[in-house]
Amino acid sequence: MPKRPAYSNLVKTIREGKFVFTGELEPEKDFDLKHVLKSAEAMKKTGKIVAANVTDGPQGDAYTCSMVPCYLVQEKVGLEAIWQMTVRDRNRIALFGDILGGAILGLKNLLALTGDHSALGDHQNARPVYDLDSTQLIELVSKMVDEGTDVEGNEIQGGKPQINVGCAANPNSNPREPEILKVGRKVEVGADFIQTQTSFDIDDAKEFLKELEKYNTPVLLGLFPIKSYGIAAYFDANIPGVSVPKEFLGALKKAEKDNKGNKSAKYAAIDRVNLEFYRPFINEIKKTTKAAGIHCMAVHYERLFDPLLKDF
Amino acid sequence: MIITKLKDIEEIYEMIKPYSKILVAGCDGCCQPPRSINEAKVLAQMLELKARSEGKELKWKAITVLRQCDDRIAATTLRPFIEEYDAIVSLACGLGVGMLNRIIPTILTFPAQNSMFGGVENNGENYFAEYCETCGDCLLGVTGGICPMAGCAKNLSNGPCGGQVEGKCEVGGYIHDCAWVKMWERLKKFNRLDLFTIYRPPRNYRIWSSPRFLHIYETSSNVEELQKEEKI
Repeated sequence: MPKRPAYSNLVKTIREGKFVFTGELEPEKDFDLKHVLKSAEAMKKTGKIVAANVTDGPQGDAYTCSMVPCYLVQEKVGLEAIWQMTVRDRNRIALFGDILGGAILGLKNLLALTGDHSALGDHQNARPVYDLDSTQLIELVSKMVDEGTDVEGNEIQGGKPQINVGCAANPNSNPREPEILKVGRKVEVGADFIQTQTSFDIDDAKEFLKELEKYNTPVLLGLFPIKSYGIAAYFDANIPGVSVPKEFLGALKKAEKDNKGNKSAKYAAIDRVNLEFYRPFINEIKKTTKAAGIHCMAVHYERLFDPLLKDF
Repeated sequence: MIITKLKDIEEIYEMIKPYSKILVAGCDGCCQPPRSINEAKVLAQMLELKARSEGKELKWKAITVLRQCDDRIAATTLRPFIEEYDAIVSLACGLGVGMLNRIIPTILTFPAQNSMFGGVENNGENYFAEYCETCGDCLLGVTGGICPMAGCAKNLSNGPCGGQVEGKCEVGGYIHDCAWVKMWERLKKFNRLDLFTIYRPPRNYRIWSSPRFLHIYETSSNVEELQKEEKI
């Protein structure tokens, strides 16, 4: 599929050949989005983060819709949003309507996702939709953006929306081949970029990136700096298919234990552990792979951005 | 076969509480586990006990029907007894309950069961498994015989999603197989990954919208062709 124009700063920056960073914002069951905007401001201040993902009901929970925080982050903070959209809660009619609405509001990136099943969330008796899957959602965006129509070919009045669309890929997938083949389908129907789930294993990440090279589509590798031992231990124990390296876990635990009672020293020690783990990781990815950048999922861990991204 | 689950006795009793003479009808059709004459008798006795504990008399008769979803069979089996009873409790799936309510319009038929899904029974395994969602647009020919509608919690046409871990699905606690990994394994085995790789466009859900009817002459997909040739 021929490349569509770069409508977003994210895709423009990637195509300029710069190694980019994206962040992640997570609206929850919020009427007040101050924490999202605060986090976005911290990302903006780094001058390194090109755009930030805004999640759409992660873990299947009923959260504030992602379109409004995306708009506010762009309007109030001036940071470009990557609008995560799952196919779990909307059929093709609602997806089309929302995408068009979001495009009118100036949203330029959409990350098409299947979404965690509602059976995992806080409304487990809900009826999930899944009218389209994430690949079909990418095709829908392609039709809207490239042809100016909906799924059925009905024309959009007043011009074509200008959006770049991305897809997800999971470097932790096992078996891996079906995952790689699936990404191929997504690229075939029009994905402009790929963002991956979090990776803790540098060799595995490099291998995965190598396998994705054949699709000739920019990949942002997902990394997850962790601001406490508790979060890391929870992640390790409860997120299937992902294991946090034992040395990293141990170092976080030690950092907390050694600095008990001294908050600022504890924070500094935790940050040091993350920097010692992730800076060489990012450096290696930047130098030895064709990755277009890093998707840094340091949600609520804004203080790490500056020291982490310095000099990259 | 239609896989069913018996409702709680309290729920069944609440439905028939206003009545004193009930006909409990088993079904010898495809309903699984079997809900025949013995199950009908046991249910009737339990309802009688329940009524007695409330100081009420419940008159009952247990009977079974070859197939409750066949109007002629159901009508000829049940009609001779109908006048003596003021309600029916059906041990068939929802199809049987619906059919009895249609062919016996003088009294109400109540369901004793919840119809779960169209499934299969694998000998030696202690569960029934859903193999088909009767979606009206069969993809089994391109998926290695594994249904992405019945087998995938997200009904994906282009899976797997990111929720599979070592071939197990995120829904249900990583116990059930990911249908898309199974498909990949099978198609790879037969050197048909070309089928796995193709993009499948959005499905036509109009043919899956209730209520569904199918005219007898439409049971073959070359209807239009036959109509042109004036064969039907």
